[in-house]
Amino acid sequence: MKPRIILDSSKFALTIDRLCHQLIEQHQDFSQSCIIGVQPRGIFLAERIHSRLQAILRKKDINYGKLDITLYRDDFRQKGKPMTTNETDIKFPLEDKNVILVDDVLYTGRTIRAALDAMLDFGRPKDVELLVLIDRRLQRHLPIQAKYVGKVIDSITTEKVKVEWKETDGQDKVWIVSENNE
Amino acid sequence: MSALSQKHLIAIKDLQKSDIELIFQTADTFKEVLQRPIKKVPSLRDITIANLFFEDSTRTRISFELAEKRLSADTINFSASGSSVKKGETLLDTVNNILAMKVDMIVMRHSSSGAQSFLSNHIKANIINAGDGTHEHPTQGLLDGYSVREKFGSLKGLNYLIIGDIKHSRVAGSDIPLMTKMGAKVKVCGPPTLIPKYIEEMGATYEPNLKKALEWCDVANVLRIQLERMDIKFIPSLREYSIFYGVNKDLLDSIKKDITIMHPGPINRGVELNSDVADSKQSIILQQVENGVAIRMAALYLLADRG
Repeated sequence: MKPRIILDSSKFALTIDRLCHQLIEQHQDFSQSCIIGVQPRGIFLAERIHSRLQAILRKKDINYGKLDITLYRDDFRQKGKPMTTNETDIKFPLEDKNVILVDDVLYTGRTIRAALDAMLDFGRPKDVELLVLIDRRLQRHLPIQAKYVGKVIDSITTEKVKVEWKETDGQDKVWIVSENNE
Repeated sequence: MSALSQKHLIAIKDLQKSDIELIFQTADTFKEVLQRPIKKVPSLRDITIANLFFEDSTRTRISFELAEKRLSADTINFSASGSSVKKGETLLDTVNNILAMKVDMIVMRHSSSGAQSFLSNHIKANIINAGDGTHEHPTQGLLDGYSVREKFGSLKGLNYLIIGDIKHSRVAGSDIPLMTKMGAKVKVCGPPTLIPKYIEEMGATYEPNLKKALEWCDVANVLRIQLERMDIKFIPSLREYSIFYGVNKDLLDSIKKDITIMHPGPINRGVELNSDVADSKQSIILQQVENGVAIRMAALYLLADRG
C-alpha cells in the first residue's frame, strides 16, 4: 500500500488553530493552567500550541514545560537496547495547576501512563487533560483517552503514523506508511 | 545512541571516550531529577544491588547508597568487619553466597588492586568498582571530570594538575586516564618518592615545584596524604610535606590567575589543604560530592541496561 497523507500543511495549521481555541474555551486566560510536552516528539506540538496560544491571547506568560518519561517506562530493559534520556524542564510547581499534557500520537497509552507517573513527582496537579494531534483509537492497551484530538485515525498495527514538523523535517505533515513498504 | 561498551565499570582505562560522554549526558538527566520535590525515579525497581565494602568509606558508600535508593533499587550492605571474612571465607565464596540470594549488581571496594577485575571473570552480575587498592576509583574519576565539565563547559584543552601522593592514589589512577581521554593535559606534582616511575606512560608529566605547577594549571586536584597506605616512610614528616606541597591562600594569591580547587575528601586540613582555600569560592569540593550521586546514578542506570 502506498503511503497516505492524513494532514497536509494547510490542514495541519487549521487543526492546530482549532485545538488552541478549544483550549481557550476551557482555560480562558491560562492563569491556573500550564502546558507540558512529552519528550521527545510531543514537545514540537506543545511548542507550536504554546506559541500559537500566546499569539492569539496576546500573552507572554503561559507556563510551558518539557517532561521526559524514559525513567518511568514499563518496558525498561525489555527492548534489548538502552533508552536515552531527554531533558526535563519544568520551572514552575504543578501543585493545584490545570495541566494540559501534550503528545503527538496516542497509540497504546503506555507513554501517557508513564507521563502521569513522572508528573506526580513535581507535585499534585488539580486536574490533567490530554491533548494529542493523532489518536489511533483501535490500538489502546490501557484505559486512557484524550480530551482534545487533532484527528482520529483507524489504522492497523503494521501501519505506522509519521508526524513531520517544519522545524526538523522541512514541512508539517502527517502520513501513514505500512511497514512492509519501507 | 549507543550502549556502554563495558558490562562492568572497573577502570577508566577500559572505557572509550563515547562511554564517558554517555555517562556525563545521563548524569545531566539525574542531576535534574535530584532538584525535584520528589527526588526518586522507578527505573531500577526490579534490581537488587549489594554494596560490598571490604575497606572503610564514608562518602563513596553514602553516595552509592543514595544513588541506588533514588533509582528505586533494593540494596543490601556488607562490610568486612563483623562478617564471615573474619572466619577465613574467600572473596569469591563470599560474593557467590551473596549472589545466590539473587543479587543483580555488585558495588565493591577492596584494599587489593584488581579484586574487582578478578571477580568479573568469575561471576555474572555487573560490577562497579568503588575503589580497589591503589589502582582505580572510576566513579571518582567520572565525578571529577563531570564537575570540571560543569564549571568549564568542556574538558578539552584544559590544564589539570594533581598534587600529592600520586603513587598510592586510585583517584589519580582514574583521573589521569579520564582527563587525557577527554582531551585535557595532566601534570602531577608532589615529592619524588610519591610519584610512580611509569607516570609518563600514564599520559601525565611531572613538575616537582608546586608554584610552577600551579601557574600552569586551570584546575588543581589536591590529594589526601594516605598514611594508612605507606608501610615505609615516603616523606620525612607531615609538617615538611605541608611546607613544600600544602596549598594555602598566600600561595594561591601569589599566582595571577584564578585556579579551581578540588579534593576527593576526606581533607587533612592544614596538611595538604588549608581551610582558607578549602572553604573559599575557588573550591568546588562540595559540588564534587553533589555530582557524585548523579554520576553514580548514571553508571548504575546504564550498566543495569547492559544486563
